[in-house]
Amino acid sequence: MPVAEAPARQPHPFKSQPWRDRRIEVILANLLRTGVLISAAVVLSGAFVYLSRHAHEPADYRVFRGEPSDYRTIRGVIQSVVNGRGRGLIQLGLLLLIATPIARVAFSVAGFAIERDRLYVAFTLIVLAVLLYSLLGSGIGR
Amino acid sequence: MTILEFTGVVAIVSFVAGLLGALTGLGGGVVLVPLLTIFFHVDIRYAIGASLVSVIATSSGAAAAYVKEGFSNIRIGMFLEIATTFGALLGAFLATRIPTSALAVIFGAMLLYSAFLSRKPRTEAQRNLPPDPLATRLRLNGSFPDLEGQRSYNVQRVPAGFGLMFGAGALSGLLGIGSGAVKVLAMDQAMRIPFKVSTTTSNFMIGVTAAASAGIYLSRGYIDPGLAMPVMLGVLAGSLLGSRILVKAETKSLRLIFSLVILVLGLQMLYQGFWGKI
Repeated sequence: MPVAEAPARQPHPFKSQPWRDRRIEVILANLLRTGVLISAAVVLSGAFVYLSRHAHEPADYRVFRGEPSDYRTIRGVIQSVVNGRGRGLIQLGLLLLIATPIARVAFSVAGFAIERDRLYVAFTLIVLAVLLYSLLGSGIGR
Repeated sequence: MTILEFTGVVAIVSFVAGLLGALTGLGGGVVLVPLLTIFFHVDIRYAIGASLVSVIATSSGAAAAYVKEGFSNIRIGMFLEIATTFGALLGAFLATRIPTSALAVIFGAMLLYSAFLSRKPRTEAQRNLPPDPLATRLRLNGSFPDLEGQRSYNVQRVPAGFGLMFGAGALSGLLGIGSGAVKVLAMDQAMRIPFKVSTTTSNFMIGVTAAASAGIYLSRGYIDPGLAMPVMLGVLAGSLLGSRILVKAETKSLRLIFSLVILVLGLQMLYQGFWGKI
């Protein structure tokens, strides 16, 4: 067992700089950008499939009908991708897009843990819990 | 209009909105919803769903550029996210329960307020304010690179900022916008955070706030793939281009034009909301 050095650093003189290790922030930003580019690529490929089949049908968004369950749940989206539907692919890209900021928050928990900033580990976990509650509790996990 | 024409025109409009939104710092979502509802006769609920998705794309896509500048304060952002994400949940919950005409009226009021804010001269943040005990305990104070080297700042009035952020989150969840204008107001005016730190931290927060209500919108069937596709791709491309040419552009006249557009759209939304056309 290594000797605990915690007592010596109790009155933690917190530096005010956002992340003490700037690399964490750069990694997180690149993670976000990569996530956005991947999701945009998936949306674009879905767009080609969708437009190649439906280009000449009339567009009508005047009346709100709500999407069918194929485009409202993770399972429905995956099923419609398997069935080769362009709109399913677009929706998959949008799901990936929604996931990127959530992934960033999740990685921030690790970042604050590395800095041993318990207060901000707790704050970040609260934000993460709200995001996951919204995503999974909303019914798209069905 | 056929689906091909509709997709093309919406993509172009979204591209311009994303470009102007990035250049002026007002965000693209705030003009997209009125444009889609007024000119494309899209139901406001579909418009809100598509706009919300584009907000996440803009915020995440621009994050790398902002990190290089080294201004955003991740602790301020994460602490205030507690308020905005709870607000966004409330907003998304309300959005499915209030009539669309009321949504249009709230949106119109929000647009008029944004136009007013964008014309208001910014007060220079006071320097050397004494540290606030609560802000110190929450470790919100920070510093950023300035012309004269590293400049430190002390965050003020934390509860007021936190409360405003809850409101910003609720508006974001209700209207499918980033509500960056209210976020910057809360940080810049209430909490006395330097403007550059406020805007970059706000950009980081916008994506997380939007993600908090996006799941609810998707599960309620507000996010239509056929509409969200051109909106998301167009806004993303426009805002990425906008953040690249930001440094060179003459933004003063652009801001004037853009705030006039917002003003006109706001009046239109109020009119259509009150006369029950939406």
